[in-house]
Amino acid sequence: MVDGARAYGLIVAMWVRSTVAYRASFLMAVAVNFAVTGLDFAAIMIMFTHVDALGGFTVAEVAFLYGTTGMALGLADLLLGSMDKLGARVRDGTLDTLLVRPVPVFFQVAADRFALRRLGRVSQSLLVLGWSLTQLETAAWSAVQVALVPVMVLSGTAIFGAVFACGAAFQFWAQDASEVQNSFTYGGNTLLQYPPTVFATELVKGVTFVVPLAFVNWLPALRVLGRDDPLGLPGWVDFASPAVAALCCAVAAAAWRRGLRGYRSTGS
Amino acid sequence: MHAARLALVVAVGSFRRYATYRVATVAGVVTNTAFGFILAFTFTALWSERPRLGGYDLPQALAFVWIGQALLAATALMGGGAENELQGRIRSGDVAVDLYRPADLQLWWLAADLGRAAFQLLGRGVVPLAVGALAFPLALPTTPLPWLLFLTSVTLGVVVGFALRYLVVLTSFWLLDGSGVSAMSGLLGVFFSGMLLPLTLFPGAFGETVRLLPWSSMLQVPADVLLEVRQGPDAARALGFQALWALALLGAGRLLQRVAIRRVVVQGG
Amino acid sequence: MELIELDGLEKVFTVRRSAGRLRRTRHEVRAVDGISCTVRRGEMVGYIGPNGAGKSTTIKMLTGILTPSGGRLRVAGIDPARERTRLAGRIGVVFGQRTTLWWDLPLRDSYALVRRLYRVPEARYRANLERCVELLDLAPLLHVPVRQLSLGQRMRGDIAAALLHDPEVLYLDEPTIGLDVVSKAKVRGFLREVNAERGTTVLLTTHDLGDIEQLCDRVMVIDHGRLVHDGGLDALHAAGESERVLVVDLERPTAPIAVPGARFVRADGPRQWLAFPAAASAAPVLAAIAARYPLADLSVREPDIEQVIARLYTEGRDGGAGPSGRG
Repeated sequence: MVDGARAYGLIVAMWVRSTVAYRASFLMAVAVNFAVTGLDFAAIMIMFTHVDALGGFTVAEVAFLYGTTGMALGLADLLLGSMDKLGARVRDGTLDTLLVRPVPVFFQVAADRFALRRLGRVSQSLLVLGWSLTQLETAAWSAVQVALVPVMVLSGTAIFGAVFACGAAFQFWAQDASEVQNSFTYGGNTLLQYPPTVFATELVKGVTFVVPLAFVNWLPALRVLGRDDPLGLPGWVDFASPAVAALCCAVAAAAWRRGLRGYRSTGS
Repeated sequence: MHAARLALVVAVGSFRRYATYRVATVAGVVTNTAFGFILAFTFTALWSERPRLGGYDLPQALAFVWIGQALLAATALMGGGAENELQGRIRSGDVAVDLYRPADLQLWWLAADLGRAAFQLLGRGVVPLAVGALAFPLALPTTPLPWLLFLTSVTLGVVVGFALRYLVVLTSFWLLDGSGVSAMSGLLGVFFSGMLLPLTLFPGAFGETVRLLPWSSMLQVPADVLLEVRQGPDAARALGFQALWALALLGAGRLLQRVAIRRVVVQGG
Repeated sequence: MELIELDGLEKVFTVRRSAGRLRRTRHEVRAVDGISCTVRRGEMVGYIGPNGAGKSTTIKMLTGILTPSGGRLRVAGIDPARERTRLAGRIGVVFGQRTTLWWDLPLRDSYALVRRLYRVPEARYRANLERCVELLDLAPLLHVPVRQLSLGQRMRGDIAAALLHDPEVLYLDEPTIGLDVVSKAKVRGFLREVNAERGTTVLLTTHDLGDIEQLCDRVMVIDHGRLVHDGGLDALHAAGESERVLVVDLERPTAPIAVPGARFVRADGPRQWLAFPAAASAAPVLAAIAARYPLADLSVREPDIEQVIARLYTEGRDGGAGPSGRG
């Protein structure tokens, strides 16, 4: 694990130097990434020029949801986002060059094609989150509410990260299926930008109990915003995000190990 | 005549090639359907607050969502068009070989992209639209004419999309690593085509301007034609608008291509 | 001392093939079908065979990438499948067509990463790098981004990268494929040097008989997953009766060249093709031609390994003699 993290750092540093080598391209990518990832927030702002509330939530509350899920996805994408290229590596055989190095493959794949420009989404989401905090009409912030915000972002990062890792593991079997994980990552992010009250109960149940994306921000955020959750779950669930994140990571690790074992026995 | 036959062969070959990516197609359909559901619920919330928003009623707004998901792959709004391969060839320098082919570079890739789009309209468009129609009440026409106009409009939209992506890919001649630019232009396309929110909801002068940009050809215009928001002479004007953008952007692509080729020739590839 | 031990090594793949529109049939492919052999420390072994014979599957098992389906395997006392990352520190691998170098960065940066990933002590690293740079002529390339290197330069760079951590075994998959004559000579000279100096065991797959001739004292031939020849190159040549081809460009068309030790094959204008036994030296034939004909240019074509092997079989079957029975 320590070895892996060290190797991850070394490889990331190489990629950063690599991208900086194309300086014009890189600077443009960072700047534009920042601006362009904000376009979906612009769409939400346009919605609110027509309505005062969406599913009973104000613009500040939706911005809070947007900022928390955006940061979680942005950080996970920064750390592991290129794992969806695993299928291509399996197909062209370059995964083998990683398997003969003395460090765990997972960390090598995770660091592969590390793209610093993805800080654009993180910083843009942070900005929206900061703005929402100044706008929220929560009278007095309790210590619990304040603490929940960073916990939410970090647990969310781990949950989205686990989804990226599971998606990559799936590509050991289906090399062309990289797009499926987009449903859960980018799709999940879009879902979590809006209040749960907007969606059908079945969908909310699905992302609570099956693919637990609701723990990225919905459940803890409802507590911060002082709202009831539409499923009427017990109150402690709002604090369960770290535990759920740990569970997700365990599942992802198991999936990864199975996928790698399968690859090493079939070679494809 | 010869050029047309060659283009047809290239397009058919490209159609067949994309048809072999079965797993990718299924994966894409799953994703488009998932996004369709998410957007359909948010639109339902929005339209229940403001029933005639943007000139659509709820079934029309929901249809707009699913038409968008059906066209996302065909118009290659988020990238992934046939010209992706060209980008790799520019980076590796293989493009120098292409320049000596008897066929025109831009027409060759246009044909390949049309073949790809034809497959993805069928392979990735039909199922999400059908699922959407089963799960939600969609305002889809029952007479053939709007559908025919829609197909024409989609074809023009694909050409406009290709012309834009071709311009982006040509920047690789100067930037070496064009992947960042492609990703950005994809996100711009999603916003300005109406994929996130119909352009008729965009306010004031900003909205006026956005509706005149080329990206509206890729979703807003075809959707309005199918939803019969624009019909008769207005539909003809819509198609004319797309055709103008297609010609203008293809022309710009040719100019940029000429400069790029001169650069390759001067540098010796 | 045995460094590599294979005992009845097997790899079976299950392949699904579509039969008709919807049906799919499964059947087994025995890519490696019971190979037993040992390689001593310091040997240089050529591992050859037609495409799909099981060469790269064997290499993948030796490096721990693939898990064997049966048999026993040890490399430096380690079971590669179980302890892949531990073994990785003790072996070096060069995949001919797949570079491990950093595309957009100078060669030197890739080496610095190898040093840290493999935790090579600084002094050791410097000494190794210096030696590689000297023997492979890398000094002018160290500051050049890899994407600007030619294929031959990149291969030299890759080979150096695989040796910086003092591996006990070096696996090379087609190390000279696509290289020009000068690069080939450099790579071969370097491998000989490394083998002699450090006693590094070298196992290489190749389609180029020149590699085998100049590097390997031992050749293993694999076909359909089985070892069909294990011994010296002479035995293989004799068994296969392979020939090299001399392509001669004359100043003007002449009658077919007739010199002792070579056989006229065909002519095309001023160009003629002559065949001579692969085991024989080309020098006397060349001298004879140069003395009697208006020579403009010439080149020697190595016999194709697949041809040698193919002939090995037909000879073996038709003549009744075993593959190495005629040496």
